[in-house]
This record gives sequence, structure tokens and C-alpha cells, in this order.
Amino acid sequence: MLDVIVIDGKARGVIVRNLVNGEIERYGAHAVVLATGGYGNVFFLSTNAMNSNGSAVWTAYRKGAFFANPSFTQIHPTCIPVHGDQQSKLTLMSESLRNDGRIWVPKKMEDVMKLRKKQIKPIDIPEEDRDYYLERRYPAYGNLVPRDVASRAAKERCDAGFGVNETGLAVFLDFATAIKRLGKHVIEERYGNLFQMYEKIVDENPYETPMMIYPAIHYTMGGLWVDYNLMTNIPGLYAIGECNFSDHGANRLGASALMQGLADGYFVLPYTIGDYLANEIMTPKISTDHPEFEKAEKAHKELINKIMSIKGKRTVDSFHKALGIIMWDNVGMARNAEGLKKAIEEIKALKVEFWKDVRVPGEANDLNQELEKAIRLADYFEMGELLARDALNRNESCGGHFREESATEEGEAKRDDENYAYVAAWEYKGDTEPLLHKEDLNFEFIELKQRSYK
Amino acid sequence: MKFTLKIWRQKDAKSKGRFETYNIDEISADTSFLEMIDILNDKLIMDGKVPVAFDHDCREGICGMCSMHINGRAHGPDDDITTCQLHMRKFKDGETITIEPWRSAAFPIIKDLIVDRGAFDKILQAGGYISVNTGGVPDANAIPISKVDAEEAMDAAACIGCGACVATCKNGSAMLFVAARVSSLAKLPQGRVEATRRAKAMVAKMDELGFGGCTNTGACEVECPKNISIAHIARLNREFLMAKIKD
Repeated sequence: MLDVIVIDGKARGVIVRNLVNGEIERYGAHAVVLATGGYGNVFFLSTNAMNSNGSAVWTAYRKGAFFANPSFTQIHPTCIPVHGDQQSKLTLMSESLRNDGRIWVPKKMEDVMKLRKKQIKPIDIPEEDRDYYLERRYPAYGNLVPRDVASRAAKERCDAGFGVNETGLAVFLDFATAIKRLGKHVIEERYGNLFQMYEKIVDENPYETPMMIYPAIHYTMGGLWVDYNLMTNIPGLYAIGECNFSDHGANRLGASALMQGLADGYFVLPYTIGDYLANEIMTPKISTDHPEFEKAEKAHKELINKIMSIKGKRTVDSFHKALGIIMWDNVGMARNAEGLKKAIEEIKALKVEFWKDVRVPGEANDLNQELEKAIRLADYFEMGELLARDALNRNESCGGHFREESATEEGEAKRDDENYAYVAAWEYKGDTEPLLHKEDLNFEFIELKQRSYK
Repeated sequence: MKFTLKIWRQKDAKSKGRFETYNIDEISADTSFLEMIDILNDKLIMDGKVPVAFDHDCREGICGMCSMHINGRAHGPDDDITTCQLHMRKFKDGETITIEPWRSAAFPIIKDLIVDRGAFDKILQAGGYISVNTGGVPDANAIPISKVDAEEAMDAAACIGCGACVATCKNGSAMLFVAARVSSLAKLPQGRVEATRRAKAMVAKMDELGFGGCTNTGACEVECPKNISIAHIARLNREFLMAKIKD
């Protein structure tokens, strides 16, 4: 999708680029439903499929739909660690593994060094020299703490130098205890396909040696603002599933994206969209000859021509990877004001570079995967900037959003409910800074408390 | 590691295609096959050439998009994987690797290694769904289904629609795909309601779209990344036969 068409304040269709022949096609509609998924790929490396992107919601944002809580991004604790700088994406190891796996790093630095040099194997390290750090820090929840807590704990150990692979960015997920307790066949029945997937990628056998895992960008709780009927603030424009901001708040539990897909798409929208369409029952079919379609098509043709004409010296991926590094380093697991301000400046500079130096081969009127990537990346720069801006504005730690300045003595997330109990809905204002709308969150029956998994 | 890659290049559906040879080196054994193609494409772009177009998405073996015939095998020289799960450690240093798109008259080439698998969508649209009213949430749990049936249905439902079965089959038959889809629904009570119509419609569509007939070679089962058994083909044949008898 290239653009949402808004006529007289209502969403009345879309224009899209045909991926096979490059032609721009127009579709008129009485209502538009976006189910376009999350924007995790703004970090380049994520567990998302490589074609997943945030361009549809971004164009909706540019047309006036509010983007809520963009900084609420989830980092999943158990993904296969990066193998090198040619890594194209990260592979998720299902959270269900944490039901039986135990997470640990060595207690002694010398063991860490020997492991990295492959002088010893993980099974050589005796139990008393293993730091099962989740069990140590959170006796009540142990390995079952929520994703953001587990991810930050892994980062803490790796930052302290105890990462168990050459890059120092990996911890162990060990099934030896479970295999001994339940037998290999039970573990195989439960996780056989996941172990097979791991072995294909890493060439190690998780039945015999612990898995290595590290946190990775996974889900985006933020997205287009919607009301309880799943309609954005643009009448007739609906957003369902991961692309909206709703259902999960600042954090997200396992399989709840599936839950949201069902809830939004099966149980809610079919009943709420009828209400809107009922008022449109006398509206004739929307003609794609309307000037708004013409305007949008022209604007996007110009954009595409511009991208194709730059013919610089850097590939789209090289810019995307650079953006990903800025995002992961500054807007990742642990954020602080200085890093966020730096990220905003660096993203702005990178965007300028992109528009001067990107090289997109081939032609626009053809199947052109580089052009597809370039169009998406152009949106990612702006998205990344809004994400960092939102993170900078929220001076508290809440769910997946962690600000180093707002932590308890033990390093846990500390919320500031007095000042930040609101949804941050941003409104696009062109070249000037976006406008923040605060939707206050009023809790009538639940008492807000500090999260504790001890 | 270094490799010589012979890759099928084709500008579009109407142009003739041919093999182009590329040399690539400094590839680590841990690199995935598609990452290697990414590296090749980077080089091609910087050399002012057009990169190799290929389908991919999840890069984890679930979406069914990646589809390369590598050294004569669908998804390359390893079992139970899709192309994206193949890693360069499965090849010998210096090896020549031949890469082609799926070969099937029913999957026309769009560009380079990308084929049009819309035929699979059309087969599904012909009957690969349940369109009866199955009630609200509690009703789904009101009909008990044996674990054996549920597991069997789940095994069949693992089909990702990649088309490796078609590409591998010397007849270009889509029977394993159709069988997987029919099977996953036939084992469930909600699927029994339309079972007759489904089997007939999907097989008819399959024939109409130019897929070949099944001669039980079993090659599809060997290459299926999800290990789908040809026992499902037996079930499809039975469903189809019963449907025809009832006519």
C-alpha cells in the first residue's frame, strides 16, 4: 500500500503499487481496514519476516491518524544470537522453551573466557559454578518472568562480561535438568520441532548441549490509535492486530498477538464495522477518478522517480543496517535521555545521506525488490525518529520501555504513574515536530503497584 | 568458503532465461544460503548490475515463500528444511552450486527465481476451507475430538504451501499439497460437513490448473520440508472416490 485516500475527512480507498509490474493501482472503498502488522523491522534485525514493514501505518499517520506509544517495542528474550554482520534477521526460539529450560551464565569469568575460546564445553561447568540468574534474582517466578524482565536480565549479565559466545552476547538456555527429570522423549514431544530448527541454524544439538540465546526485537505494542470499535481517529479507517496500539498496553505476553488477531479480526471488527457502514448505506461506490486519488498517485510516482534517480554509492540494506544499529544501541533495551537525543540527530543525518547516496538498480515499472525496500526504508527513518522522540518524552520505565534514569535500586523498571499514566498519541505535523495528545488512563478498580517477580 | 554459483536469470515471464555464472568468496560456514545470495546481490548492485530476484520472507521455515531448486533438489541438500534454513556448511568449499526456480508449468516464472504460485491459492479458494456456521466459542469445545485425530489433522495442517512437492514430482503433481489441505479438515467434525464437495472441487481445480497426475513415486514426501506423509494422499484418494460414488 502506498497511501490511504481521505475524502471529506473519511477514508475512501487506497492506492497500491503492483509488485509484479510496478504499476500504481487505485481502489475505492467505503471503509479501509489495515491489518498490516508491526514495525519491528525499523531495527533491521528483528524476528519479523523480512517483508514486514510499517509503511501502511506510516502513510496513515501522515494522513492524520494518530500513532500511539511508538516506543513500546517488545524485546523477546530467547532468540538465536547473531552469527555475524551478514545476519539478515533473527530467529525466534519459542517462549514455551522457558517452561522447561533453565537460563544461566558461568559464575566465574575464567570459565567464560575458556568457553569463548572453546577450551571447555558448557557441560563441563559444574552446577555450583553456574549462575542461574533468573532463579537467583526472582525466586518466585524464576525462569518464567515476563519477557522484558528476562531480556533486561540477560543484557545485564552480558554487559557485565559473562556472555558465553565469541561476541559476548549470548546466555545459555539449558534442558539438561528437564531431560533428566522427564526423559528425552517427553522433551522431544514437546519441543522436537524447535530443537530441530535450532540445530539446522546453529549446528549444535540442544539435547546434548545448552542452547545459546539472546534478546531480540520481536513485537510492537505501539501502533495506530484506535477506539473500542477499532477505528482510528480518521473515520472509516480501521486498524486491527499488531498495527494498532490496543489490547497490550506497554507489555505483551506470549501468544497474545494471536489472541489479538482473533479478538480484533473475528470477534470485534465484524460487529463494529457494520455500525459505520450502516451510515454509509446510501453512499454510492467511491470513484477512483476523484482528485484525491490523482493527487496521491502523482505524489508517489514522483517519490519513486526520485528514489530511482539518485543512483548513489550505497545499497538500501547498508542504510537499513546503519539505522538498525542506531536504533538498537540507543532505543533498545535500555534507553537514556542522552542516547535518545543522539539517536534522533543520527537518524536525521542518516536520512539526509540516504536521499543523497542510495543506489536502487533496475526499473520502477518492473518487479524490483530493491525499490520495495527503499520505499519502506524511507518511512523507517521517520518512524525511528518518532520512536526515539516518544521514548524521550516518557520519563519513566513502563513495560517494554526502560529508561535507565527511572529504575529502582535493584535495577527494576520504575513507573511514574502520577505524571505518565497516559497513552501518548502523536499527530503528524509535517516538517515541524509532531503534536502529542495525551489520553489519560483512569484505573477505577485496579490499584497501580510496582511490578515485582520476587 | 568460496563458491561458483550458476543461477537462472530471466527478465520477465515473456523473455527467455539462461544461466549466469557468479563467483563468490569469503562466505562463512554459518551463513545461510539466502544470506549468501544477499551478499552476491550487494556485489551485483555495487557493480551496476541487476540483483537476483528471489522470494523470501520469514527466513525461518514457516511462510513457504523461499523456493529454490539447489543442485537438483528442492530446497537444497538437506532434509526437512526450506531454502532459508539451509546453511553453507552443507556445501564443500569451492563447490559449484546450481540454483533454479521451481519447475512446473503451473508455476510460471515471474522473474529470475520467482515463480507465480497463485495456482495454490486458486486450489484453496475452490474448497480448502470450512464455511459452515460452527457456532460461538463454547460450541467449538463441545464436540470432543480424539487426540489421534487432532494430531493427524495438525500434522497435515503443517503444510506451508511452498510447492516443493510439485517442483520435485516428475509429473508436476500437486497431490501432496491438496491432500494435506483436505486431510487437515477432513479429520475434524466441522470439516466433515463439506468433505464431499471439498475433495471433488479441489481435485478438479488442481487438474484444471495444469498440475500432473500422481503415480505414487513418493518423491514429494522425501522433499517436503514439513515431513508430510503420502498417507494423506491415500486419504485424499479415498475422500475423492467416496465423493464420486455418492454422485
